Amino acid sequence: SSQVVWSMLGNRQFCSYKMTTKTQNFCRNEYNLTGLCNRSSCPLANSQYATVREEKGRCYLYMKTIERAAFPRRLWERVLLSKNYEKALEEIDENLIYWPRFIRHKCKQRFTKITQYLIRIRKLTLKRQRKLVPLRRKIERRENRREEKALIAAQLDNAIEKELLERLKQDTYGDIYNFPIHAFDKALQQQDAESESESDAEREEEDDDEDVDKREFVEAEDSELSDFEDMDKLETSSEEEQEEEEEVEKKASHSKSKGKTPLKGPARRKRPYIEIEYEEETEPGTKTKAA
Amino acid sequence: AGHGGCSVPAEGTGPPAPERVLFPPTFSVSEIKNKQRRHFMFLRWKQQQRKEKLALKKKRRKEREALGDKAPPKAIPKTIENQRVYDETTVDPNDEEVAFDEATDEFAPYFNRQTVPKILITTSDRPRGRTVRFCEQLATVIPNAHVYYRRGLALKRIIPQCIARDFTDLIVINEDRKIPNGLVLSHLPDGPTAHFRMSSVRLRKEIKRKGKEPTEHVPEVILNNFTTRLGHSIGRMFAALFPHDPQFIGRQVATFHNQRDYIFFRFHRYIFKSEKKVGIQELGPRFTLKLRSLQKGTFDSKFGEYEWIHKRREMDTSRRKFHL
Repeated sequence: SSQVVWSMLGNRQFCSYKMTTKTQNFCRNEYNLTGLCNRSSCPLANSQYATVREEKGRCYLYMKTIERAAFPRRLWERVLLSKNYEKALEEIDENLIYWPRFIRHKCKQRFTKITQYLIRIRKLTLKRQRKLVPLRRKIERRENRREEKALIAAQLDNAIEKELLERLKQDTYGDIYNFPIHAFDKALQQQDAESESESDAEREEEDDDEDVDKREFVEAEDSELSDFEDMDKLETSSEEEQEEEEEVEKKASHSKSKGKTPLKGPARRKRPYIEIEYEEETEPGTKTKAA
Repeated sequence: AGHGGCSVPAEGTGPPAPERVLFPPTFSVSEIKNKQRRHFMFLRWKQQQRKEKLALKKKRRKEREALGDKAPPKAIPKTIENQRVYDETTVDPNDEEVAFDEATDEFAPYFNRQTVPKILITTSDRPRGRTVRFCEQLATVIPNAHVYYRRGLALKRIIPQCIARDFTDLIVINEDRKIPNGLVLSHLPDGPTAHFRMSSVRLRKEIKRKGKEPTEHVPEVILNNFTTRLGHSIGRMFAALFPHDPQFIGRQVATFHNQRDYIFFRFHRYIFKSEKKVGIQELGPRFTLKLRSLQKGTFDSKFGEYEWIHKRREMDTSRRKFHL
């Protein structure tokens, strides 16, 4: 009657387990040994059949015989195979003794494949597992929107420019940029108000060292001794720099080079001031005087 | 009809609206069943509202001018930053405890100039072209950074090797669907690990500018708006990526700007045109980060001790509350 079954299902009529593709027919039956739809591999069309299947990492041998064909519940007999590969092969052999060669061979092949993929699973679980986290659409959209708004609120360009100007003001760049800064100018004007204007004139005439300059200061205001002392102590006190800044260039320098080399000292001056650089106190050579 | 009491024509684009449209007090535009008419009435209502608003503004301005100096000061508009819920962990600049903490935390060797930062940049498995290019560009932006491919290596194994080779920081860029979307920044000798969500990544060629590549000079670092304690530590993490002494000749600046818990990274070249004007030109990649978690030790997702995790249910309840 297996013949009949096959001639009905396999060849002509409909078999729900059969899947046809262009080149081959597959059988989706879970007890199928090879996975193909053949006369010898169809579990429905063979009354004596065996398969190897695995469940939760353990392999079982399933067998079906003619005697139990009338009892569907007891049709498939299940035998647990040993974990040892060779022993399991022996077990298959002794269980399927006197069975057709084809089934024996295919069972052993299937068992081999199954053990191989079980080994691979165990190896992979030891490595890193990639965890897939689902994106929540509403939250993604909300975060993107908030990010856009935060970007607009941030006004990045302005913030960066402000910060850079702040740093310039606080002199973190040192001497690279020689801009006279208005705050310094104001303080300098204050100083000028304290000292008299003749000291300016005197400074203009003389092109001596700092000492002379300091001396001039002292001459101008006797009461400003404290100031003089302060100046003495601090190498680069802000007052000195104010003087330098004022004398270097009053207006903003247009000739700031765009290249990387900083402009050390002005190339030209608008007013005939003496330029005295306070970098090293004993260096007299860096002064110039415009006529 | 539903609008029997009003004095307007019934048809859609009828004669222009009168100066003052009189609606009976119980009338509502939404009660008209006819869509065209309803739409028309709504537009009319809107125009009227606008007119009233304009009139109000004009009146207020006139009053203000009339008062002259005695006018009350202009009202400050409410912004989210103004209305921000005060965070008790906001760092006071003079706080000694914070200063003491910072002198003894993991970044102290960096800030005392004992260590030079050396960065390792890597990605998740099998990075696609965009991520790879982004890594390269990031490596040019951050000095002393090396890019290595991750060939399926476990981070826990990489980290001891990195420490042995004197790396100070590890950056892992996570990729999803061919774009980078996450960043793990780990300070190496046993330092904190921060995990960010990265968005709007723009590579150099996508930024509209006509500049050259960033040079090898050490850039300056700007950290804006990191106010709370958590923000402070994150800011220090970012600062520790860059060497301590910027080369001002290079005129390059890397900015981390925090706004409403989003950290915007930009890389610019600046030039001072005068003492009040500076021009900036954007080079380099740009991206935004949002902090997801901060962990005490190096990267260990299972057994790590988390200092801060973003819990959506608890922390996203108020629109005016920010954590950085």
